[in-house]
Amino acid sequence: MTETNEILGGPGPGGDGFEPLLRLRGIDKHFGPVQALYGVNLDLPAGQVTGLCGDNGAGKSVLTRCIAGVHQPDHGQINFEGRPVHIRSTRDASALGIETVYQDLALADNLDIVQNMFLGRERLRRGLLDEDSMEQEAAETLSTLRVTTVRSIRQPVASLSGGQRQAVAVAKAVMWNSKVVLLDEPTAALGVVQTRIVLDLVERLRDRGLAVMVISHNLNDVFEVADRIAVLHLGRMVAEGPVADFDRQSVVEYMTTGSSSGRPFQPAGSANGEG
Amino acid sequence: MSDIPVTGNPSEPPTGMADATMVADPTAASGAAAAEVPPELIAQSLGQYLRAWWLQVRGGNSGVLPVVLAIVVVAVSFQIANRNFLSSQNLVNLFEQSTVYMVLAIAEIFALLLGEIDLSVGLVMALGSVVVAELVQPSGANWPWWAAIIAALLACSAVGAIQGTLVARLKMPSFIVTLGGLLILEGVGIIVLGGTLVGIGNSQFRNEIVLYDIFNGEFDPAVGWILLAVLIGAAGAGLWLQDVRKRRHGLETPPRSLTAMKIVLMAVAGIAVVAICNVNRAHSGTIEGVPYIIPIVLVVLAASTVLLQRTRFGRYVYAIGGNPEAARRAGVRLPVVRTWGFVLAALTSGIAGILFASWQVSLTTNIIKTANSYVLLAVAAAVISGTSLFGGRGKTIHGVLGGLVIGGIYNGLYLLGVSSQWIDVVVAAVLLAAATVDVLSRRGAPRQT
Amino acid sequence: MARADTHGLDRDTPVTADPGETPTGTADATMVADLTATPGAAAADVPPELVAQSFGQYVRVWWLRVRSGNSGILPVVLAIVVVAVTFEVITPEHAFLRPSNLVYIFGLSTVYMVLAMAETVVLLLGEIDLSVGAVALFGGVIAFKLVQQPGPAWPWWAAMIVALACCGLIGALQGTVTARLKIPSFIVSLGGFLLFSGILVVILGGADGNVNVSSSAPNQRVIYNLVQGLIGPVASWIALAVVVGAAGTLLWLRAAARRRQGLAAPPISLTVISIALVALVGVAVLIICTVNRGTPLVSVEGVPWVIPIVLVVLGAWTLVLQRTRFGRYVYAIGGNPEAARRAGVSLVGIRTWAFALCSATAGLGGILLGSFFFGEYSTNTADPGQLVLYSVAAAVIGGVSLFGGRGKAIHGVLGGLLIGGIAYGVSLLNLGELATPLEYILPGGVLLAAVLVDVLSRRGTGSVTRV
Repeated sequence: MTETNEILGGPGPGGDGFEPLLRLRGIDKHFGPVQALYGVNLDLPAGQVTGLCGDNGAGKSVLTRCIAGVHQPDHGQINFEGRPVHIRSTRDASALGIETVYQDLALADNLDIVQNMFLGRERLRRGLLDEDSMEQEAAETLSTLRVTTVRSIRQPVASLSGGQRQAVAVAKAVMWNSKVVLLDEPTAALGVVQTRIVLDLVERLRDRGLAVMVISHNLNDVFEVADRIAVLHLGRMVAEGPVADFDRQSVVEYMTTGSSSGRPFQPAGSANGEG
Repeated sequence: MSDIPVTGNPSEPPTGMADATMVADPTAASGAAAAEVPPELIAQSLGQYLRAWWLQVRGGNSGVLPVVLAIVVVAVSFQIANRNFLSSQNLVNLFEQSTVYMVLAIAEIFALLLGEIDLSVGLVMALGSVVVAELVQPSGANWPWWAAIIAALLACSAVGAIQGTLVARLKMPSFIVTLGGLLILEGVGIIVLGGTLVGIGNSQFRNEIVLYDIFNGEFDPAVGWILLAVLIGAAGAGLWLQDVRKRRHGLETPPRSLTAMKIVLMAVAGIAVVAICNVNRAHSGTIEGVPYIIPIVLVVLAASTVLLQRTRFGRYVYAIGGNPEAARRAGVRLPVVRTWGFVLAALTSGIAGILFASWQVSLTTNIIKTANSYVLLAVAAAVISGTSLFGGRGKTIHGVLGGLVIGGIYNGLYLLGVSSQWIDVVVAAVLLAAATVDVLSRRGAPRQT
Repeated sequence: MARADTHGLDRDTPVTADPGETPTGTADATMVADLTATPGAAAADVPPELVAQSFGQYVRVWWLRVRSGNSGILPVVLAIVVVAVTFEVITPEHAFLRPSNLVYIFGLSTVYMVLAMAETVVLLLGEIDLSVGAVALFGGVIAFKLVQQPGPAWPWWAAMIVALACCGLIGALQGTVTARLKIPSFIVSLGGFLLFSGILVVILGGADGNVNVSSSAPNQRVIYNLVQGLIGPVASWIALAVVVGAAGTLLWLRAAARRRQGLAAPPISLTVISIALVALVGVAVLIICTVNRGTPLVSVEGVPWVIPIVLVVLGAWTLVLQRTRFGRYVYAIGGNPEAARRAGVSLVGIRTWAFALCSATAGLGGILLGSFFFGEYSTNTADPGQLVLYSVAAAVIGGVSLFGGRGKAIHGVLGGLLIGGIAYGVSLLNLGELATPLEYILPGGVLLAAVLVDVLSRRGTGSVTRV
């Protein structure tokens, strides 16, 4: 492991001296005899997009689920806004303001957009669902995110395109004053234009000051939106730093071998840093 | 420098062009999408509404249309076969008979919406009827009628809670649990009946009269009209005010003419029913008026509709039926909602049981066989009217309309003197046909795999 | 099912650029090292006869497997012992284990055994056939009707073939609807159940209709004798010797052949024990059956025909499921339909055939049922709903999983014996008024218990049950 985590370079308010919004230190996780994460460190600063890369089985999903409260890490510490926290369930995560957008699993096809966006947190008035206020709020959220391509927010999500569905899922995640949004493969299975919709949306989340983590195989997307990049390899965090420290070649090498050109990760500014 | 292939899914055809159009002109009615949007939301006028609705029907999302058509077909064909079918005497008879199927179908819909099935609704109904009848026996428990009803409903709910727990917590398949459950209930029913005839037709005991009247009593014709007026007035005002409020808040609303039309249709249907019921249908003497059972069914319908459409619980039922994983991640506690779904199915079956007891008047072990065959009627009634066997799609109004179709078929075949085995055969065929339509319509709908 | 698809696609998504260009060797090496480091968990899932070199090892491996929920026929054999002992203790005069009762139980159980084997093939697919009871009765009535004199007066074999063919056709129809239209099988077969229960009554000629075969008409006697007929003691012993000899030789030769080819084979001691067990069970059954269980005036002794018949059905089903391509595909579809489809298996074809074979086997069960009831079929002979529950319960309690892919024909046979034993044992108890309700409560309870065991044992093995 390297000491790279001390350095929080890059643009935005998450720079040197600031405590990142979410800080993970020494996260271990194993399932039975299989160790999935080995002492992982990760920082998610506010107002920045962190791209989490890694080959299949590198532990991306496990790490995401540890943050989202689906799994509990065996060892290690999670700091949220500087305070150590224990995230024992998805409810705990939501209470902190951590929301996860799962690929294609977050929406019920038979419910409409409003119903999906408020699923699990419906508003009540005199014991009954307050549809009007939910519809107003959903419409507002969608318009601030400039998701305007849907015909009607009362249409079932079954009739939406892939990009629109993903946009609804993201809008659902940010509607709750969330501070951290984790996007699991947000562009997988999307066409070019659909991908564009989602990436624009990610940038708008950053502009709102959220800490965003994008988990993706797709390096084009990562390089397009990410301010910082973190690479997992077989359960270990092998590189983490501002996007300027990486190029595609080096990320691919980190993903596949755990090092770049035979060297462990060296952040920009140090002696052998890569462009 | 090597580049990573970027397409997520190699088998996916390039959809870029189509999507580009979508973004550029989001309001353009591209066929597939329009078919799924509720027509009342995108239509500004009635004409637009009809066009959008037709698109939706062609997309397999036909709402109540097929079942209304089925009702018309059943009515016309049986009327041709037997002149008496549409006589007011037979129609009232048919309404009464159908109410049991309707309530039972509503019960089944609670399970179907969750993507489960409850094969024990018929036997739970039998249990409810046997318990309520036993408890008011003057020679036995001699409970007041209301206590007997409450006890019967509690007993049924307990059965539902047990079955629901097995399904929801132990993850046993619901059709097996309820199949085993129905068999056990068959035995329990026989034990409770104790091999004797239990009747509630003795007019010397007030408790029995009340139970008897549930199915067999009727309002005075004048009271029927007054009730109708109040009902239509309230429902119409409610609909209209809701429409106005939504418009004021700038929310999506159906065109005004549609709301007006809905109110008018409701009034017409109500007036027709009351008019039919108010004709004297006795061979000798006078029997006229709206049977108590019609408003009872309306209350069950209204309560279940509010529960499913306007409460958090109902929303979760639909969410679980549509995508249990999404519901789980949204923080819905699946075992709790599933268990309650089965409790409600059993409770509603218990209500059907009370109607059934009142209908049969005297209960013997024979009713247990009859009740068992009702489960298929209930499933058929629910599915034929647009409730999906796969969960998440359907409303309780569908159960009521489907119950009317099934009641019509039963009544019509019976009028024609068809033997009961053949009626079973016809119902099985109807069930299979309805299931086929359900499957095919799902296939037609976009994004369903 | 739908969701499995999307996952499948995700896994296919190319993840690395191209493997040739990037050095992935180290990664794989570590991965392999990691994954093989799980001996405890893996051993439990391997059939013990394949990893064990000696009998002691075999027992140890087997015990590991039992603890992980993969217990094979052990629970049902234990359950049979427990049921037998319990009923022997609680029945009046301790009559349960009398030879006459045991032979009666064999006869009764054979119907459940055959129906359970029929149900097994469909359960293996992960489907269910709720119409087996109705189809069985339908097949039985058809066969009985066709040998009537006056009437069609067909030869018994032609009548049986036509009856089984009719049932097979019904099954093919239900299978086609299930497989092609993708309507859930429990709905299709529930409809079929109702349909054929109704048609059955019509064929029987109304609610009080009935049809008989008599033991005095030569042609009908064969059908009458399927369950009622007895093989003489001497012939029985000879037959047993032949069967055990043949089975033993086969087992021995097969193990020897595997060893010669260097394939994993069970230890020799195990083969010997298997053969000894087969012989022992055979001898026990024979001794029970050849005791004179008649009155002092009329001697009744010998093995019922139905026992070798069931053995033949068991042999045929075992062969089909374990040694043919069709059988392999049935397991494949039950385990993972998507994987089977990608491997080129025709899901529609296999499913349709499985339902057809299930119904044809059920038809045979129906003929046996009529024979068991002394050649009489009426609308009261058996309740098709009860019959189907008994057969599903027999299969599941025998060890066939409701969720597909796990189970063998022998499980159906053992489960059928258990169910028959329970059903008859309860009828011996003189329960008076409770007897009728128990006829319903019992199969319901047994079914739920069996499924509960299935669900819990699957949870033990860590396989996913459902969303």
